[in-house]
Amino acid sequence: MGSKRTSRRELLKNGAAMAGGFAVLGETPASAQTSPFGTPLHDAMPNMPMPSTTTSGAPMIKGTKELVEYGQRSHFETAMRMAHPMGGRPSPDMFGKTFHVAAPLQDSVGVVTPSSLHYFATTRGAFVPDIDPKQHTLMIHGLVDRPLTFTMEDLKRFPSVTRLHFIECAGNRHNARHKTVQESHGMTSCAEWTGVLLSTLLKECGLKSNATWFVAEGAEEVKGASSMPIAKAMDDCMVAYGMNGEAVRPQNGYPLRLMVPGYEGIFHTKWLRRIKIVDRYYMNYNDYGHLEKTSKEAALAFQIGPKSVITYPSGGQHLPGKGFYEISGLAWSGGGAIRAVEVSTDGGKKWNRAQLKGTPQRMAHARFGYGWNWDGNEAVILSRCTDEIGQVQPTREEVAKYWNVPFDRNYRVPGLDNSVMPWRIARDGTVTNGLA
Amino acid sequence: MGSLRFAATLLLLAAPALAQPYGVGHTPTQDEIRALDISISPTGDELPPGHGTAKEGAALFQAKGCAGCHGKAGVGAIAPELQSKKGPDAPIWERGRGASGWMILPLTAPYATIVWDYIHRGMPLGKEGTLTADEVYSLTAYLLFVNHVIPEDQVLDKESLPKVKMPIGDDYGRLPDWKHGAPRLPGYNH
Repeated sequence: MGSKRTSRRELLKNGAAMAGGFAVLGETPASAQTSPFGTPLHDAMPNMPMPSTTTSGAPMIKGTKELVEYGQRSHFETAMRMAHPMGGRPSPDMFGKTFHVAAPLQDSVGVVTPSSLHYFATTRGAFVPDIDPKQHTLMIHGLVDRPLTFTMEDLKRFPSVTRLHFIECAGNRHNARHKTVQESHGMTSCAEWTGVLLSTLLKECGLKSNATWFVAEGAEEVKGASSMPIAKAMDDCMVAYGMNGEAVRPQNGYPLRLMVPGYEGIFHTKWLRRIKIVDRYYMNYNDYGHLEKTSKEAALAFQIGPKSVITYPSGGQHLPGKGFYEISGLAWSGGGAIRAVEVSTDGGKKWNRAQLKGTPQRMAHARFGYGWNWDGNEAVILSRCTDEIGQVQPTREEVAKYWNVPFDRNYRVPGLDNSVMPWRIARDGTVTNGLA
Repeated sequence: MGSLRFAATLLLLAAPALAQPYGVGHTPTQDEIRALDISISPTGDELPPGHGTAKEGAALFQAKGCAGCHGKAGVGAIAPELQSKKGPDAPIWERGRGASGWMILPLTAPYATIVWDYIHRGMPLGKEGTLTADEVYSLTAYLLFVNHVIPEDQVLDKESLPKVKMPIGDDYGRLPDWKHGAPRLPGYNH
């Protein structure tokens, strides 16, 4: 008897929770909770015990209001972001500001990084602003025929575009101390972005003939600003309000961020509030970090070169024994779409064509795979990619040779480090950093 | 024929909306633009009225809390260094890099306007945007003075600030023109 009452109480509790979830859609008052079919729950299912396990014996997840309204991954899934260890500063830092937070690429599948795991960074550090989208506007002014201010509602009236794009932080530099691909390469992610092309908005304002640069500025406390060429603005920049099918996340710029496909992450101005059209390089705030001694080095600090990395097997993972494995990884380039990826399983002596999964998109991560029968001996595995304009991902030795400097283990690749990354597989199946 | 041409002319004159493809958005007033526009060009065109000297800036550097993060004279604390330990005879790319690896902004910036813009938009921590124009001119003067860029008694204002000769001169890399589909550095191919 007692147990029966308990199960009935549980049923009512669960039923109420379910009805609560549906009530969001139907505005059902709590006093008249009904099943989705209109019948009061306790009438539809009298005395029916709620099963606490499935037929296979696995426990069941309760359909709470929260899970009905906004889902969660299984608690068995443990992929987590982490403060980037080699960024020099923890995140949050000693001021409570955000610095560098890396995505768990070792656990990634496909090309889309879930919004909850997307990397984020602020180069000078920033607090994440909590912006009411109803109050937020984007003003475009300067060398235009008509300065214009757009509300978020205005922006959603324009023809939209939806594109896959990666973003990568200039601090995404792999070195011998990194243990995992999250530490070595986790400052890049790829999402599906939705918004208005910046060219659409600039045509709405009308560019003056002397417009050659633009300055994009965020609404965070330091009003982070970057200067970029107007040619890039008219080519493929996007003012994005959507990310992976919902609003852009606050750490990624809610409610509005500028996408500058293929440029270093810092140019993708978050919390975008203002774009000023100008006639020269303003060199304000974030731009200052791009000051280089030579024009050649400066050229490498805007657009990202072709880059790839194997995410499985990668550092910290373990192969249980010899036999078949699909080596899997990501490739991307600021120069366009990925055209080809090659994988070597013998330290770079022989290169084999990898399979590209799906059609690679411009300035987006491409997933590659290469079927491999591991013979159980020590192996060094590497990947390299070629993009649509024929740029090839280099080894560090090749970069040093171009710059005509002697190569050593501590050689620093100019611009964003896009050099090849080796992983070493020991006979016992442990995978470690091949640079170490 | 003549009336047709006349009608076409009338249409063009009467419909500026034709040039605005979608007619979405509203026109900000000049005051609204001025209130938001904090970008300072190397020409200094956007600089507001006001003035300041290094002496006033030295007092503000303590009073506004700058010294708390940057160190008493802009060195030796947790925030990026603002004063070079090397004298004016050292080459700028040696002199300009602090022990932390950061470039020292008020020394290596190609234009003094960059320093003004940076302090004005980004400082002090937690109270960004609260400094008056006079205070920003003064702090800029102080940081340029401690790096041997200007004399202690120089008054900085809208006219004099853009004319400050920064020690880096032309010794920095210019950016190439960006073109769709072009390699980022011709001949590099990586």
